[in-house]
Order: sequence, then C-alpha cells, then structure tokens
Amino acid sequence: MKGDLVAGVEVHADRDVCIGAGLCVLTAGAVFDQDDDGIVVVLDEHPADVVAARDAVANCPSGALSLTEE
Amino acid sequence: MTAPPTLPVHMQRNGFDPVPVLAELRDGKGIERIRTAFGMQAWLVTRFADVREVLSDPVRFSNARLQEAGRPPGLPPVTPEERARQLAGNLLAADPPDHTRLRRMLTPEFTVRRMRRLEPRIREIVHEHLDAMERHGPPADLLAEFALPVPSLVICELLGVPYADRAAFQERTHRQLDLRVPMEDRLEAGKESRAYMAELVARAQAEPGEDMLGMLVREHGHDLTADELAGIASLLLIAGHETTANMLGLGTLALLRHPAQLAIVRDEPDRVDSAVEELLRWLTIVHTGTAKMATVDTEIARQPIAAGDLVMCALPTANRDPELRTDPDRLDVTRGGVGHVAFGHGVHHCLGAPLARMEMKIGFPALLQRFPGLAEVPGTATFRSFSIIYGLTSLQVTW
Ligand code: SF4
Repeated sequence: MKGDLVAGVEVHADRDVCIGAGLCVLTAGAVFDQDDDGIVVVLDEHPADVVAARDAVANCPSGALSLTEE
Repeated sequence: MTAPPTLPVHMQRNGFDPVPVLAELRDGKGIERIRTAFGMQAWLVTRFADVREVLSDPVRFSNARLQEAGRPPGLPPVTPEERARQLAGNLLAADPPDHTRLRRMLTPEFTVRRMRRLEPRIREIVHEHLDAMERHGPPADLLAEFALPVPSLVICELLGVPYADRAAFQERTHRQLDLRVPMEDRLEAGKESRAYMAELVARAQAEPGEDMLGMLVREHGHDLTADELAGIASLLLIAGHETTANMLGLGTLALLRHPAQLAIVRDEPDRVDSAVEELLRWLTIVHTGTAKMATVDTEIARQPIAAGDLVMCALPTANRDPELRTDPDRLDVTRGGVGHVAFGHGVHHCLGAPLARMEMKIGFPALLQRFPGLAEVPGTATFRSFSIIYGLTSLQVTW
C-alpha cells in the first residue's frame, strides 16, 4: 500500500531496545529525536509524512520502532 | 601458520566490484559453505534480506559465543584469563545484555546532535589538510595527505589519544587487519595496541580530561574495568581511523572514474547526503563484519544450519542485491538512502556511523572544490585486498 493512500499512522518506540544509532533522526527528523543519552524520543506520534516515518521504522537497525495503521 | 592465506571468496573483488561468482551465489542458492580467511568452515549469507535477518537476531546468531565454534587452526593456545582480557570491552565480541550495557555508555557521545556540534572542528581539520596538500603540490598521495590523516586526527581528538602517536598505532592497526601477516604477529599487534591503550587509560584515570576517555572514566569509572576501558578505546581507535580513511580514499577514486557523478558531488551540495549513502552502499569496504555462531539448529535461505556452525554475512553482495536497488551495480549518487548494510544492521550497527557520515559529507565536496581538476596519476592506484577493511594502498593524484 502506498504511504499517501493511508489515512494515518501511529509510531511507537521501545526505548529499551533502541541502541541509539540515530538513523531515525536522519530519516525522519520531524518525527524522531535522540535524548541526551542518545536514546530515541518520539516527537510526533501521528506524523503527516507517513513515507518518511515508515522508512525510519524499516531502517531502524535495532527493531526499536514500530508503526500501526490507523 | 606461516604461509599467507588465500583470499576467501567473499573478499575477492575486481576493483570496486565483488567477483561475479558472488552475485551468482546470491541470485541462486543464496548461501554456501566457504573457508574463512582463518581456515575455518562457515556459511556465507549473501542476500540482502537474509543478511538483515541474521544481523537482527543476536539470540540465534551470537557474537559472544563465537569462541565456542573453535579456534582457527595453528593458533597458539591462550589461557581463559588471557582470552577474557583480550575480549573485554570489545563490543563486537559481546551479545545483549552485556553489549547493551557497554553500548549505552558510548551512545551519548555519538548522537546525530553531538556530531553536529563537532562539525566546525571537522571542517577545520579537513581544510588544514587540503592546505597542506596544496602546499605540497602535485603529484601527492591522496591517502597519506588527506584520506588517512583527517579521520585519524578526528578520532584522536575525540577519544583523547595523542596525535603524535599515530605512526605507531597506524602501523599496528595495519598489521592487525592485514591477512598476509602471520596470525601470531597479528595477535601480537593486538596485544601491543592494548598495552598502549592501557597506558592511556591509566593516564585518564589519574587525570580525566574533556575527551571521551575522560568522560568514560568520570561517568562510568565504577562500572568499567581498566581492561574494558582499554578494549573500548582500542576498538574505537581502529574503527575510527581505518574505515573512514578507506572510504575517503576509495570513494575519491570511484568518483574520479565516474566524472559525471563527481561533478554532482562537487557542485550540488543538496545531494551530498544521498551521494555518501550511495558510495557507502556501492563500495561496502567492510566485507563481512564479525562472524557469528548459530546458537540453535535453524535455517537461512532454506539451508539448514546446525547449532555451533559459523555464519558470515557478505555485506558487499547484499548491498548490490537487486532487491535493494534496481540496477545495483551502477553507481548513481543521486539515489542513495540509508537502507544499506554498509554499517551492518542490528545491535552491532556501527556506533560511529554518524561520525563517519559527517566526515565524508564534509570531506568529499571540500576536496573536489579545492582541486576542481583533480585526476589520478594513471597506474598508481593499488587496491588493498588482503585486509579486513577494503581500500587502497596508494593513490597518486595531480591537479
Ligand atoms: S534508529 Fe532505532 S536504534 Fe537508532 S536511535 Fe532510532 S530507534 Fe534507536
């Protein structure tokens, strides 16, 4: 399914699993940030840019990110 | 073991490209039994999806238990205590939760934001070396004048390693990573590195500075043994100078041989992110990363794998998988993205990736803008195959 055809998504991050690789920040900087310890923080749980969010989830090396379709 | 080893199939290349037999394997069976550079049998996994599967599952495929798969033939025995010392602090030899504990201490130092703060200093280092190269005049060895010193200086400053010691530690690293060097000598080089690092650690413990060693001592001094500190620092020093140096050297040669791509990197700053990702994918200088041991009877690409078997991932072949990119063997700097496995994947995904990216994003355009007429001196580029990290041994350039 194409990202722009989906009504919306909700992103989740498991901070215990995150290894702080920061790829999510590179891929979707409006959706994710890293705290001072380098661990992921979700800035926007319902991002408008679904494609970028989905890309970030797919590329997270530790599998810390997930996404549910709304 | 005194005879030089033959190059295992996963390390064989024609210039920039993995040898065709690897693509045939990937597009056919996907997995095959090979002999590693150390004379052991292992399964070589070649497809992008299978490589990601192996790398994302540290429970089924263990780095820490690699030792149990046996030692390479011909190696002198070591006591368990010595072995433990050799492995202490080496994140690549640990599984979660040990790995998580060590990695979490280092993560704050390598965040994307932290790297942005380092950016001005990296820019300065790059320009100082370009100035020096200009003063030197053509022809110059790009590796000696630029590709090697820039990342060396950056990691030395970051870690708190005296830059004056670089000749000695670079020589040791080369010895450690060069597969033509007899195993005993490579192990000896590793020991010397650790002894050197142990000294620096002792100095940092006595008087912790503002660098990373100082930070580790101040903030985690109670949770880390001196052996662990030395192990962490050795790994960061090797990984920090050797990898980026080879990406800068090999990447420059790749661009010189693809002038249209070079022009994009030089003239279109908006495309530099994508260019760096494409160069990482296309060159994939780390052939395999660390071997792993299967902890249970399992299956990869329909091939049964027995508990205790060694498994290796062919990263260059995975990154040239048509499932990842269409026309994967073509270098096209306009289409790069982060999905490749050049930095690995899973919990061992390169800790220094944000730093490496930053150095390349600054380094390539700065070099090409300073010397718009940069050209290789024909016949001087020599590829370095017999190393854990692929690259060039020399590249004479003129301008
Ligand atoms: S990409 Fe994954 S591992 Fe890396 S910081 Fe984001 S959530 Fe953490």
